[in-house]
Amino acid sequence: MEPLILYPGEPPFHVVKALQDGGYPFVAVSSATQVSKEETEEGWSGAIVCADSNLEDAFLVCRQLRSKERNVSPLLLVVDRQSLGKLELREDLFDDFVTLPLDARELKVRLQRLFFRSGRGLAKEVIEYGPLTINLETYQASIGSRSLDLTYMEYQLLTFLASHPGRVFNRETLLSRVWGYEYYGGARTVDVHIRRLRAKLGDQHESLIETVRSVGYRFGRNQRH
Amino acid sequence: MPTRPNTRTKIEYVLKTVEERKVAFIQLWFADVLGTPKSLQITPAELENALTEGMTFDGSAIDGFSRVQESDVIAVPDPTTFSLLPTDLSMARIFCDITNLDGTPFAGCPRNTLRHALDKAHELGYSFFAAPELEYFYFSEAKPGIPPTPLDTGSYFELTVSDLATQLRKRTVLALEDMGIPVEYSQHEDSPGQHEIDLRYTDALTMADNVMTTRLLIKEIASASGVMATFMPKPMAGVQGSGMHTHFSLFRGNQNAFYDEKGEWGLSEVARRFIAGVLKHAPEITAVTNQWVNSYKRLVPGYEAPVYVSWAQNNRSALVRVPNPRHTKPQSTRIEYRAIDPATNPYLAFAVVLGAGLDGIEKGYELPAEVSENLFALTPEEVARRGICSLPGSLEDAVREMEKSELMREVLGAHVFEWFVRNKHDEWNGYKTQVSQFELDRYLGHL
Repeated sequence: MEPLILYPGEPPFHVVKALQDGGYPFVAVSSATQVSKEETEEGWSGAIVCADSNLEDAFLVCRQLRSKERNVSPLLLVVDRQSLGKLELREDLFDDFVTLPLDARELKVRLQRLFFRSGRGLAKEVIEYGPLTINLETYQASIGSRSLDLTYMEYQLLTFLASHPGRVFNRETLLSRVWGYEYYGGARTVDVHIRRLRAKLGDQHESLIETVRSVGYRFGRNQRH
Repeated sequence: MPTRPNTRTKIEYVLKTVEERKVAFIQLWFADVLGTPKSLQITPAELENALTEGMTFDGSAIDGFSRVQESDVIAVPDPTTFSLLPTDLSMARIFCDITNLDGTPFAGCPRNTLRHALDKAHELGYSFFAAPELEYFYFSEAKPGIPPTPLDTGSYFELTVSDLATQLRKRTVLALEDMGIPVEYSQHEDSPGQHEIDLRYTDALTMADNVMTTRLLIKEIASASGVMATFMPKPMAGVQGSGMHTHFSLFRGNQNAFYDEKGEWGLSEVARRFIAGVLKHAPEITAVTNQWVNSYKRLVPGYEAPVYVSWAQNNRSALVRVPNPRHTKPQSTRIEYRAIDPATNPYLAFAVVLGAGLDGIEKGYELPAEVSENLFALTPEEVARRGICSLPGSLEDAVREMEKSELMREVLGAHVFEWFVRNKHDEWNGYKTQVSQFELDRYLGHL
């Protein structure tokens, strides 16, 4: 899924942990301007604004994220219990809120619900590209009627590539986005996994993943004009 | 420690796959210190708990896991290794890391030992890759006390009619490919009934897991047809034994750190020092790469197994062979370490080769001259005059070399080091007191 915006730049530890454990990608930002800088082509799946240290600054960021140009949604506010009264008449600034101390399960349920209602993020359940189908709900991929037996990393790599057809990724990007920073094989491991994925896709479909010489890999047709 | 907590996505992936593919049993795999596969079998109902909490069990029955006070340990599945078993699709397996009850890595777990060695390489900016060539025998008879009968009479590269052994090898290769373990080549080897499967390179941790899986699949597929497959290093006198020549390379990011266009033979300084380190420490690491009494029946002159500590670009008597990168692709620059046999513990074997090589890099060892002549044609005196030493000639010699080695203690950690030395002394003492067929044949009537 697309990453979430997380404000501020140094967010509360428990929020970070809950997002990591839940497998939600995110980018921590310290201002709304930074949001535009960090944005990738795929956009954002939503934002989590932590208002525990400075409520007014947090409201300002919410307002900026809600602006016509940015229009980030859904927006989840994280607040201290004692600040609840101050949320009155601010309903326009956020879609839902959770209180601190944080319950990781509550955060997850609220996010799921927001995503479901806004039709974004996790609500997208199936990726289809030609004969390839990836069901994000059941983690199963298939070519035509044939199920692919993929390892977890192969599944993640295929899902990432198939979510961005036509785009070229270098090995470092794939490594950081699919594996995270620490992995024993380094960038070379990407080649190993691509080769396995192609073998599993089979002779007929291995060309779904193309090697772009001295750059990296691309899934699907070349979309350059 | 890069064993990251199992995130929800990884756990979900395993749980959903088990549900979707109707898996009935999940085997939690790990290796003891000698590399023997161990498994805890659980049902899908227990799986979620196993993935989040791990499975606590009494380690005292596992070779090398026993400790004085505390014997309970936890097997924590690594969900990235989850795979269906192609021999029985109602089964799946996951490799485990073993931790102490407080969650810290357990010192007796070989997978942790290799992780530790790889962490060290990582700190120096390297990732470590391995590609082993597993040799093994198929025997039609597997009765104790009766000499084994090879399943076929073929030899090196032989194109035989579609016999059972070739069928079994083919089935194994297909099963491995299904599990995402790519095979580079497979062929009939030199001896009757001897076959070889070469695995395509990958990072050393995954490869050690792959070697465990490959050995099991080879044995299981053979056994289903009433055939015994064995990785015993020298099952028959007079023919070649089974080795596990392994190709190793270091990468820095996406670049092969062993290659340097300007270096002599295309080798970088990193490669030269790595080889120097491996050669210097070769006698010390042999107890791990060749860990059985029988391993030393293979390491004798005349059967293309290494005996002397030397390196060469193309010389089958060398311990380390370095294919010239100018003749291959720069990215596939590698060294081939030829002593290891397929009955080793792959986690420990890869860890000690890496440890020896990194020591060479860190201390800046000088690479000795290449030895391109056939050392087996020389007398031991002539070999010694060239300043070339030998690998240990027996398990006893090997353990003595190991005992003196600070490097081995550091790479293996005190727990594995001490247990291993003790265990191997015991094995040698058990062997020493036997009266062999050789002695009976030679002495009984004559003396």
